[in-house]
Amino acid sequence: MIALAGNPNAGKTTLFNSLTGLRQKVANYPGVTVERKEGNWKLPFGHARLIDLPGLYSLEATSLDEQIARQVIAGELKDIPRPSAVIAVVDSTNLERNLYLVTQILEFGIPVVVALTMMDVFEKQGHEIDIALLSKRLGVPVIAVNAKDGRGVEDLAKAASDAVGKPAASFKLEAAEDGDSQNARIFARYNFVSDVVQAAVRHNDLEKHRRSEKIDSVLTHRFFGLAILAGLMLLVFQAIFSWASLPMDLLEQGFGWLADESRAVIPAGILNDLVSDGIIAGVGGVVVFLPQILLLFFFISLLEDSGYMARAAFLLDKLMSRVGLHGKAFLPLISSFACAIPGIMATRTIESRRDRFATIMIAPLMSCSARLPVYTLMIGAFFSGQYLFGFLSLGAVLMLLMYLLGIVTAIIVAFILKRTILNAPPPPFLMELPPYRMPNIRTVVQNMLTRAWLFLKRAGTVILAISIVLWALTYFPRHEQSAPAVAAAGSELNAGDAKESPEDDAEAGAEQIRNSYAGRLGHLIEPVIEPLGFDWKIGVALIASFAAREVLVSTLSIIYSVGKEENEESQTLIAAIRSAKRDDGRPVWTPLTALTLMVFFVLAMQCMSTVAVVRRETNSWSWPLFMIVYMTGLAYLVSFATYQIGRALGFE
Amino acid sequence: MKEASSHKSANTLRDLPVGSHARVTSVNGKGRISKRLMEMGVVPGADVRVVKAAPFGDPIEVVVRGYNLAMRCTEAESVEVVPV
Repeated sequence: MIALAGNPNAGKTTLFNSLTGLRQKVANYPGVTVERKEGNWKLPFGHARLIDLPGLYSLEATSLDEQIARQVIAGELKDIPRPSAVIAVVDSTNLERNLYLVTQILEFGIPVVVALTMMDVFEKQGHEIDIALLSKRLGVPVIAVNAKDGRGVEDLAKAASDAVGKPAASFKLEAAEDGDSQNARIFARYNFVSDVVQAAVRHNDLEKHRRSEKIDSVLTHRFFGLAILAGLMLLVFQAIFSWASLPMDLLEQGFGWLADESRAVIPAGILNDLVSDGIIAGVGGVVVFLPQILLLFFFISLLEDSGYMARAAFLLDKLMSRVGLHGKAFLPLISSFACAIPGIMATRTIESRRDRFATIMIAPLMSCSARLPVYTLMIGAFFSGQYLFGFLSLGAVLMLLMYLLGIVTAIIVAFILKRTILNAPPPPFLMELPPYRMPNIRTVVQNMLTRAWLFLKRAGTVILAISIVLWALTYFPRHEQSAPAVAAAGSELNAGDAKESPEDDAEAGAEQIRNSYAGRLGHLIEPVIEPLGFDWKIGVALIASFAAREVLVSTLSIIYSVGKEENEESQTLIAAIRSAKRDDGRPVWTPLTALTLMVFFVLAMQCMSTVAVVRRETNSWSWPLFMIVYMTGLAYLVSFATYQIGRALGFE
Repeated sequence: MKEASSHKSANTLRDLPVGSHARVTSVNGKGRISKRLMEMGVVPGADVRVVKAAPFGDPIEVVVRGYNLAMRCTEAESVEVVPV
C-alpha cells in the first residue's frame, strides 16, 4: 500500500492516472463523502495498491480532506492499512508551499519519495534546480516525472519499491518555543523550506505569472470578468438544457421500446407489469438524466482543470457570502435550473461541509426542467392568450414569477440555515488561484465518467426501490376489469403501448387508479389538501408526482381517462381539466387552483432521484428527510396562503 | 474570543493599494485564521504583492511565495505588513 499525497493543482491526478492507467476504483471513505481513489501500480517487483489522497495544503486537521489524509498516513482508518510509503507530489513551479506539506509528511516518520512535477513549465520559465542537492537536504529521493510522456515514471517506481520497508529518515525541525507553539512550528517549517529552495534553485524569471496575470486582467476584470462569466454560464446552461435533450429523448424512446419488448416477451401478468412498468420505467427514469450529468461534469472538469473555476468563485464570493454561501456555490445552483441532480453532485468542489450542505439544501428550489411540463399544462389550461397591460403575456409573467419564487425562497432558506443548524464562523476563505493551464482531456473525461458511474450505481439502487413501491401503490389491489398492460402512474416512459383501443385502455386505467392504494391514499389525504383547493384526483397525481414532477401530467391523463400518451400541450387533456367537476357540480380547476398547484410544485420536494443523490452526497438519511419535510411543508404553507388569500380577494 | 489586537495601529494587508509590495511582520486573528494563513505561506518575513480586488472589492488577490492566493478582507485584516 502506497499513498499519493500533494497540494491541489500539483498534477497529482494526472500522475495517478498515468501510474495506474484505468485500473482504479472510486469510493467514499467510510462514513464521509470524501472521495477515495485507489488503483493498481506496477512496480519492478510486483504490484502495489496506490491510494490517491485528497488534494491538501497541510496535514493538520482543519478541513475534512486534511483529516482523512492525516488518518490514512497515520494508519488510523479502518479498512485501510498504514501506507508503507508516501509519494509526495511536488509542483516544481510552486516549490515552497508544496515542500511545506512534504516537511509535515516527513515528520510522521514514514518513508517518502518526492515526485517533482511540472518540470517542463519550470524549465520553460528558465529556472534551474539541483535535484541531487534537494534530495540531500530533504533526506529522501527526489524524482522528476512527466506524466504526459512518461519520463521518470520508471525511476519513481524503482525509488518507491526501494523505499518500502526501509526505515524512514528521521526528520525533526527545531521550533523556537514561544507563546504559540503551533504557529512557531509552521514558521520553522517555512524557514527550513526557504533555505532548501534557496540552495537548490536558481530563479530567473516570473514568466508564468506574467502570462496568467495577462489572462486574468481580462477574465477577472471588474466588468468584462462578470460579463464573460455570465456568457460561460449561459453556454453551460444551454448545453445541459437543450443539447442534452436529443440524447435524452433517444434514451426515453429506447426505454419505451424496451418496455414494449418486455411486455411482448414476458407472459402477461404481474411479472410482466412489474418488469415493464415498474423496473424498466423506473430505471429508465434515472438513466434519462445521464446526458445532462455527463455534459455538466464535462464542463465543470474543464473549468476546474483550466484554473477558471477558482476565478469564478473569486468574482462572485462577495455576492454569495451575503447569504452565507461560498463563491463556489454559484455553479451548482445555476446547474440546478436544468436539473438538481448534477447540481448537487457539483457541490463537491465546496470544501466546507456546512457551506456545501447549505448549498445542497437549497439547490432543488431552483426551478428545474421537470417542473416545466407542469407549468406549461397549468398555463396552457388557464392563462394562455391573456395579456397584462395589453402586451405582457400573462403566461410568461407567471412562469418568470415561479422561477423568482424559487430563487427568493432559496436565498431566505440559505440565510436561515446558515444562522441556525448550519451555523458556524465562516471558515477562512483562502483560495489558491492556480496558473491557467491547458486542461488535460484524459483527466476531464475520466472525471466525467467516474461521476456518471457513481450516479448510476448508487442512485440507481435507491430509485429502483422507490419506483417499485410507487408502481405497486398504483397497481394494487387489482381491479377486475382492468387490462393487464395498464397503470403505472409512476412512469411516464411507458408511452406507446397502445395495443388495445386507447379509450378502453384509458377507461380501465382510470378505474384501476381509483381503486388502487394510491387512489385510496388520494381520498385519505383529501381533507389535508382541501384547503389548497385540491380534490382527491389531484391528490393521486400529487402522490405519484413524488417520484418525479413531470409524472403529474401522465397521471392526470390517466385519471381523466384521456390516455396517458397525452402531453402537457394536449388540447384533450386541457379540455378534460377545464371541464372536471366536483360532486356538487363546481369545477375542480380554476385559475386559482392552477396557480396554487404551480406554487406547490415550485417548493415541494418531489423527485426521488434528488432524494437518492442527497442521501449519497450527505451520507445520511437525515438530510434528505429534512429536505423533504422542510420543502414540502413550505410548499403546503405557501400554497395554502396562496389559495386562501386568493379566495379572500374574491377569486374562486 | 481574542480580538485582532493590533490592526488599528499598523498597516494591514487589507489597507495596501493594488500593485504594492510589502513584507509580512505578523499574523494575528483567531487561531484558525492565522494558522491557515501561515500554512499557506503567509508567515512573518514573507514578501507579498497585492494583485487586484474582486469586482465588489472583496476578496483580494495577492502573490506570496510565487503563487496567487485569494483571501477575504477579514483575513487580510489580520496580516500586518510593512511596505517595501
